[in-house]
This record gives sequence, structure tokens and C-alpha cells, in this order.
Amino acid sequence: MTTTWDAREEILALQKVSVHFGQRTVLSEIDLSIGGGEFIGLIGPNGAGKSTLLKVLLGLLPPSSGSVHVLGRAVRRGSAVIGYVPQKIHLDPGTPLTGRDLVGLGLDGHRFGFAIGGRHRRERIDDALRSVDATHLAQSPVGRLSGGEQQRLLIAQALLTEPKILLLDEPLSNLDIKSAREVVRLVARISRERGVTVMLVAHDMNPLLDVMDRIVYLAHGHAVIGPVDAVVQSDVLSGLYGYPVEVLRTRNRILVVGGQDTELEDWNLAGEEHCDGGVAVS
Amino acid sequence: MTGIWNAIFAAGFFANPEVQNALWLGGVIAVVSGCIGVFTVLRGQSFAGHAMSDMGAAGAAGALLAGGTAVAGFLSFSVVAGVSVDLLGVRPRDRDVATGLVLTAVLGLGSLFLFFDTRTVGAPEIILFGSLFTSDPGLTPWLSALGAAVLLALAILFRPLVFISLSPDTALARGVPVRAVGFAFMLLLALAVGESSLVVGSLLSTSLLIGPASAALRVTARLRHAIPLAAGLGLLGTWLGILLAYDSFYWPPYGRGWPVSFFITGIVLAIHLLSRLCPPADRHGSTRAERTAKRGV
Repeated sequence: MTTTWDAREEILALQKVSVHFGQRTVLSEIDLSIGGGEFIGLIGPNGAGKSTLLKVLLGLLPPSSGSVHVLGRAVRRGSAVIGYVPQKIHLDPGTPLTGRDLVGLGLDGHRFGFAIGGRHRRERIDDALRSVDATHLAQSPVGRLSGGEQQRLLIAQALLTEPKILLLDEPLSNLDIKSAREVVRLVARISRERGVTVMLVAHDMNPLLDVMDRIVYLAHGHAVIGPVDAVVQSDVLSGLYGYPVEVLRTRNRILVVGGQDTELEDWNLAGEEHCDGGVAVS
Repeated sequence: MTGIWNAIFAAGFFANPEVQNALWLGGVIAVVSGCIGVFTVLRGQSFAGHAMSDMGAAGAAGALLAGGTAVAGFLSFSVVAGVSVDLLGVRPRDRDVATGLVLTAVLGLGSLFLFFDTRTVGAPEIILFGSLFTSDPGLTPWLSALGAAVLLALAILFRPLVFISLSPDTALARGVPVRAVGFAFMLLLALAVGESSLVVGSLLSTSLLIGPASAALRVTARLRHAIPLAAGLGLLGTWLGILLAYDSFYWPPYGRGWPVSFFITGIVLAIHLLSRLCPPADRHGSTRAERTAKRGV
């Protein structure tokens, strides 16, 4: 994390990407250029357009205008270059699959027929399990594991195609603080060891402050990208939101406080899960 | 020894052509239902499966009225039911309401068909409670081929089906045609249900579909064990049911065998209850039986 982002190969490029649903503008002229091995936090309150942006990046939703390129090619659904970790999956306690089965779906779950278990397949799954410190979960029924353990398996699943980009949709939102910290550390390590670009979606930036190279701050469909210290400033965010907000730095935490009483309620909604005593957080 | 044998297998059991046909056809259907059932339970589609068999009953009534065979009506109407359940609603709430309304309307149509059909003796009984012993042996090769085709298609769909059942968002992102695979499974479910309605009747076909499957899923935490186990348990229930129904010819009231559906559904329920006694698999994935086996080694 010592090299600057612009020294690296461009992995992901968005040019003037807009998404409209009828009259409503969800994303407005987003420009992003992201390099190899970068750790990006995609931060913003609920309803800011984070999920929509993820769908565009995955090729699930064609933008109304603008272009998305991954490694210089137009993005398409099902690309092995992008690994996707969903927010959470509903697993019944009786789900008849082991950790190894779940991870293996990332390799060949989209193919027809049965998985023919070769040594090569087994080794790749073992390797992915090792990367997320989940070797001991290989034989466990997935429905009986904790949220954090399931999250690690889903990350391993996303790693199996050896992607250049890892997209994680709110991976911290269902975890306690300790598990959240472990997941962040794990993802940062994977990014470093494998040279994978990470884009991690969260509504609270604080757990990511130590590991983020740059932050993409999204609000009202507009985005600002840059180092945390440059982006998370009262004047920058006020411009993004269109009304005065204040950024407070207290010990190692950053709080973004809405400047108008009328907006306070929205703010609390945006950060309620990680708001510990503060008025409101980003 | 021969005495016990003869007491269990009443005279002529294996020589009787109706019994032979019932054992083969019942076996095919038990295996197909068990395998499809594991995915039905996994995907939470038991209700859809039951709805298909009810609509199949109306189809069977219509087929009998038109002078055809019940099986043609069962199969065609459950497929139509499966397609409409899939198309009518994507959200679970829409799907429940849509399924319920279509279901009752089609059942109403079935009652009308039965009212007009004055030729078929015992039509309601055949449709609702099954006709394994009286099934036309000429249909057996066709039904067997259909069962084999359903199993083959299930094998082809295996991995994407597991993927979309567990993690639809990731499957979509990985390029799996989620809707198409879900639709294809719905068709397979409809065919399996149509066939099993023929054996144990439309009211009871849900038993063979989800009973052995849920018992198997309780006993093992591994999909590749659960599927053959469900098929085996279904086979056990069906064959034992046929045997008891044959033997019951000599039980009071003499000279009339008890309905085979009664035995099959009863045995399946017993299997299900027994499986509940088995503690669920632990975090390490071993059931008690597997742990005991390991210690023994």
C-alpha cells in the first residue's frame, strides 16, 4: 500500500456512467479509474446507489449511458475476472452442503452435470480455503456455521476463478465488531498477497480506515473518489450532499454529521448499526 | 424358515403379474420422487409440488371423461400447473396467492369433470387414492422411460440447480441462467409429481415426494449421500406397502385387499418420524452414526 494507485495498471474504468429508473436518477455521471491491487471502500448512506453501482460493475444492469470497462474490455455478466461476495445468503441449518461444496460452486457451479473431482480441482479449493483460514471448515455443514464463517467461505468461493477484482457487498453489516475486524484484515491480506483489486461496500467507513487505499464516497447518485483525507472533508461532502455537513475526527474514528435538523433522521438511518453514541456517522 | 417366508410373502406374490408391474412401476416412481424431492425440500417448493398433484387430479378427471387414461391427464395438467406457478409470481407472496387461487379454480373444474363422467367406475378413488395394481402394463415402459429422462435431466442440471438454490445472487453474477434453471426444475418436478400421483393418488403423492427426502436430509449433511438415501427410503416404503397391501387380502374383511396408498403413506410417515429421533449433524459434519463408525475403525 506504499505505491500510488496511478502507478499501476488500470483494472476498472467507468466513464460518465448514469442509471435512470424512469424519472429517477440513481447514478449520475460516475467517473472512476481503479488500479490493480487497490483496496477501495465504497461508502455511502442507504439509498445512495451503492447496490446499483455494484450491479453495473457485475454486468447485471446495463447503464442508461456511459461505459464500464474491466481490463480494457466492456463488462459482461459472468466474467471470471470479477469475484463477487453477496451480502448474505440464507442457509437453513439443515443445508446438505459442506464448506468445501459451497466453495467449489465458485469454480464450476455454473457448469452442467456433476462435479468430477480431480486432484487439480481439490487443490484449487484447498488453496482458496487456506487463503481465508477456513481449512478446518471444509467438512462442516454450511448451515451450522456462524455468519463470519459463512462470510469467509463466500470469499473463498469468489476467489476460485482467480479474479482481478473482488466485489464485496456489505460484508460487515451482519457481523459483530470483532468478526468485522477479522473480515477486513483478511480481505486486505488477500488483496496484498494476490494483487487483487478490492471494492468493499459499507455504510460505515471506520472499520476500513487502516486498509483503504482510496475511498469512493457516494451520495444522491454522485461519487467522489480519492484518499480518505482528501475526500472526507466538510466542504467536499457538503458539495456532494448539496447541504452543509460536518466531518468530525475523534480519536481514530470519523463521524459525518448532518448540518440540518431535518436531515438528522436520514443520517441516523444511514449509520445506525455502527453509531455508538455519536449523533450520526457516515 | 419357509413358514416365515410364506407368512411374509403370501402365496403367488412374486408370480402375480399385477404385483410384478406394481413393484417395477412403484420402484421407478419412488426413486424419481426421492431424488427430485431432495431438491424440492432444499428449494422450499413442497407447496408447489402439492399444488401440481391437485391440479393433476383435475387433469386426470378430464382425461377419463374424454375417454383417455388418467396418467395422461395427470402428466399434462401438472406440467401446465408447474409452468403457471413459475410464470405467475416471482415474489414468494405473489406465488403463494397465485398458486392458491389457480389451484382451487382447477380443482373446481375437476369436480365438474367427475360429475359429467358417468362411464368410469370408481374414478374419484382412482384419481385421489391411486391405482398402482390396476395400472395398464402397456404404459409401464413409457413411464419408466419418462422417469429415466427426468433423472437424466436432473443430473445435467445438478450443479447450477444447487448454485441457484443456495446463492441465487452469486449464481446470477457468475452467469448462471437462474430463471431458466428454476423453470426447468419446475418442469421436472411436475413430471415427477404427475407420475407419483398415478401410484399413490394425487392426494398422497406429496408423501413420496417430500417424506423420504426430508428424512434423508435429516440423517446426512451431505447432498451426495442424501439423494441415494432418499431414493432408497422411498423404494423401501413403496415395496413394503405393496407387500402389505397384497398380504392384506387375507386380513379382515376377507377377500378385499387394503388400499396400497394407505400402507405407503403410513410407512413414509413412520420413516419420517424415525428420522426425527436422529440428532442433527454437528458442526463438524458428522452424524452420530458416522461418528460411531469412525470410532469403530
